[in-house]
Amino acid sequence: MNQTFQKQDSVDEVILSARHIAKSFGNVHALKSVNFDIHRGQVTTLFGENGAGKSTLMKILSGVLQPTSGEILLDGRPVSVASTTEAQRLGISIIHQELSLAPNLSVRDNIFMGRELGGATGIDYAEEERQTRRLMEELDEPIDPLTPVEDLRLGQQQIVEIARALSANSRILIMDEPTSALSASEVEVLFRVIRDLKSRGVSIVYISHHLEEALTITDHAVVLRDGSMTAYAPRRDIDLEWIVRHMVGEGFDLGSPPSGYRLGEVALSLREVSVPDATVPGRSAVDRLSLEVRAGEIVCLYGLMGAGRTELLESVAGRLPLTGGSVVLEGRDVSRLSIAERIAQGLVLVPEDRQRDGLVQTMSVGENLSLASIGAFTQRFFTSHRREQAVVEASIDKVHIKTDGGGAEIGSLSGGNQQKVVIGKMLATHPRVVLLDEPSRGIDIGAKAEVFRLLAEGARQGLAVVFTTSEVGECLSIAHRVVVMSRGRISAEFGADVGKEEIMAASGEAVAA
Amino acid sequence: MTDTSQAHPGSRAGSSDNGFDLGRLLLEGRAFFALIAIILIFSILSPVYFSANNFLTMSSHVAIFGLLSIGMLLVILTGGIDLSVGSTLGLAGVFAGFLMQGVSFELFGVVVYPPVWAVVVLTCALGALVGAINGVLIAFFKVPAFVATLGMLYVARGVALLMTDGLTFNNLGGSPELGNTGFDWLGFNRLFGVPVGVLILAAVAIAAMLALSRTPFGRWVYSTGGNARAAELSGVPVKRVQVSVYVLSGVCAAIAGLVLSSQLTSAGPTAGTTYELTAIAGVVIGGAALTGGRGNVRGTLLGAFVIGFLSDGLVIIGVSSYWQTVFTGAVIVLAVLLNSIQYRGRKKRVEPSGDTAPSPQRASRPAAAVPVVESSAGKPASQS
Repeated sequence: MNQTFQKQDSVDEVILSARHIAKSFGNVHALKSVNFDIHRGQVTTLFGENGAGKSTLMKILSGVLQPTSGEILLDGRPVSVASTTEAQRLGISIIHQELSLAPNLSVRDNIFMGRELGGATGIDYAEEERQTRRLMEELDEPIDPLTPVEDLRLGQQQIVEIARALSANSRILIMDEPTSALSASEVEVLFRVIRDLKSRGVSIVYISHHLEEALTITDHAVVLRDGSMTAYAPRRDIDLEWIVRHMVGEGFDLGSPPSGYRLGEVALSLREVSVPDATVPGRSAVDRLSLEVRAGEIVCLYGLMGAGRTELLESVAGRLPLTGGSVVLEGRDVSRLSIAERIAQGLVLVPEDRQRDGLVQTMSVGENLSLASIGAFTQRFFTSHRREQAVVEASIDKVHIKTDGGGAEIGSLSGGNQQKVVIGKMLATHPRVVLLDEPSRGIDIGAKAEVFRLLAEGARQGLAVVFTTSEVGECLSIAHRVVVMSRGRISAEFGADVGKEEIMAASGEAVAA
Repeated sequence: MTDTSQAHPGSRAGSSDNGFDLGRLLLEGRAFFALIAIILIFSILSPVYFSANNFLTMSSHVAIFGLLSIGMLLVILTGGIDLSVGSTLGLAGVFAGFLMQGVSFELFGVVVYPPVWAVVVLTCALGALVGAINGVLIAFFKVPAFVATLGMLYVARGVALLMTDGLTFNNLGGSPELGNTGFDWLGFNRLFGVPVGVLILAAVAIAAMLALSRTPFGRWVYSTGGNARAAELSGVPVKRVQVSVYVLSGVCAAIAGLVLSSQLTSAGPTAGTTYELTAIAGVVIGGAALTGGRGNVRGTLLGAFVIGFLSDGLVIIGVSSYWQTVFTGAVIVLAVLLNSIQYRGRKKRVEPSGDTAPSPQRASRPAAAVPVVESSAGKPASQS
């Protein structure tokens, strides 16, 4: 195929255009004037860090959210995607990271869920089954239509979800992190299916954190940062470095490792720690991992989803039981202690999902902040309102929470400030070691910088800090040491002067091609 | 009742004129306004309703529901439910009656007549035991609270029936020579003109109020119901809290059982049947969220008084008991409706992530989908 023809082809075949799409939630501008095209039979990938606006944009395309301004052109005509039903009618389907299948129903029933074939006489199961069988053959995935979905591997479930979108006549398929939970061979299958879909004119909008992997499949790249589109280019013009540059931005500094003091004694020592995998019996999510962290040291734990970072931190904090090994805090084995006892000893965790594990939504900002340190303002049996107030105000001041005061509702805060509440709550217990699981998840870049500054400050005062991230750039900010996890083990350790590529290679990220 | 239901639409109409605050006030103080309305209406309808003596009589009825409701509130605040309190009440009454008749130890050939204070302690211990079984099943064995306490509802009732063979203990007075008199001081008698049952309710309510608002335990209860996972990671002993609230609920039910059998001067095995539902209703009318984390003793007491004063009022003006049931049901549904209005206004969170449910399609869609599947059928097959 010659170059000029292909170029003309891609110009002609724009199926959907987003024009000046903007979206605000109150004062928060999640998206600012985003423009890009989706081409027929091609893959367009959205790149961007957490909180860059990828999911907001996706929700607008799929009708979950309405843009504040801007328009969407489908086949050159402006359309309004007012609901998910409307999006499906227009041929736009979305496959979420968490699949939306009913695990108890068969593949056939899932594919036709909500649009069952047949009429007054009941569902035409035979016809549904015939069509399901043919879809599966087309996708080259020999799954029996009558298999319950719960018996399928995750990769196969994803194929079922794709089949459902196809049977609903989708022309544009949005895939949110489709490979994050798949094995390498399942990723291969998925990519084969994607190429197959392209060949029949289905357009794919793809979102992934695995940059290298996404580069192997994509035809166009859209890069978002802080709600703005920073770059848009076809695949042949770009490389990994280009994406990272536009994602992270040049000149933005999340800080550097705090220096000018000597690291103290070993504060936390993990010895051959093993944690069972909750989903796969007999497998270990963390496999005989050993790690030492000194007082005043900041360690970044980098790894892909499923590398075992969350399981490791939760077991160290006492949430998950260890199957082997020990956790030693300042020379004392705390492996048998409860979460509360570990907090009392100075070992705390700031969990990954602040809505699910971090905040009590029914309580005020102040009550959340003081929840982990109630003992500090209790005399005999009763809590002292005055002393609690002092603890709350000190925390609000220390972690710079923007709020009307301790009595404000937790839901009135922005994501970044909510995260600071969770961090402030744990810091109020005066810990020796703080573990933070993805502390920068879903908060804007300014709040990120503040959180990191806070950690650096703590480290300077002798706090041992371990934080996880899936953004390489964040590892290279304040961490003295970068520890890369892969499949439950440490695959590499680097100093602060390591490069992005080395970290990504050690995590298994760059190998996927 | 008729009037309470009208008060709220009226308040909402008023809110559009005078700003939102009035409506908000009426909404949040609804149990209080409902109680005022109930008192007003029945005072107009019946000359005997508005008198100190009638209020005290009604309050001693409320004491039973109030005690159960306070125990229930603790459980509901943690996000649980306790369906066994009515049966526990019945069992406690029977157990107390059984002790009052004297316990014979055939091995030693003696009959022991425990004094009333010992009967009270043992009965409360029985209530605590029932609650502890509930709590352990729920917290440690992960049995859903609804199921565990539903089972206990049957077991406790069955045990009460077994203990008496279905009969009622009528002789609770004790005798001076046995040193076990004074059972009537648990609910039947009056102190300074106030029924003892009401004083007991007041004492329990004050204790619960202090515990919830001024102690770490109270904070633990609210945080466990608000978000158990977050509470646990903040060092709250969630399982211990869960067991504790069921124990306290069982003790409250046992106290209610003692008060009721003292008031009735008899202990029957079927006492308190369906009282668990009245207790839940009191908590809900008092503004607590069944999902946990929201609610307080003040509201729950008001809720108990609303139910008690309403049903007694209906009796006084001579409405049939069938209609009483209908009215009580309507009040409960209205209360839950207002709860959801109140808490919906509080939710200020950003959009929930991804509506993943597949939207129902129009009837014509499957038909339209078929040709596409058909037309693309050959393509991949020829490739492979």
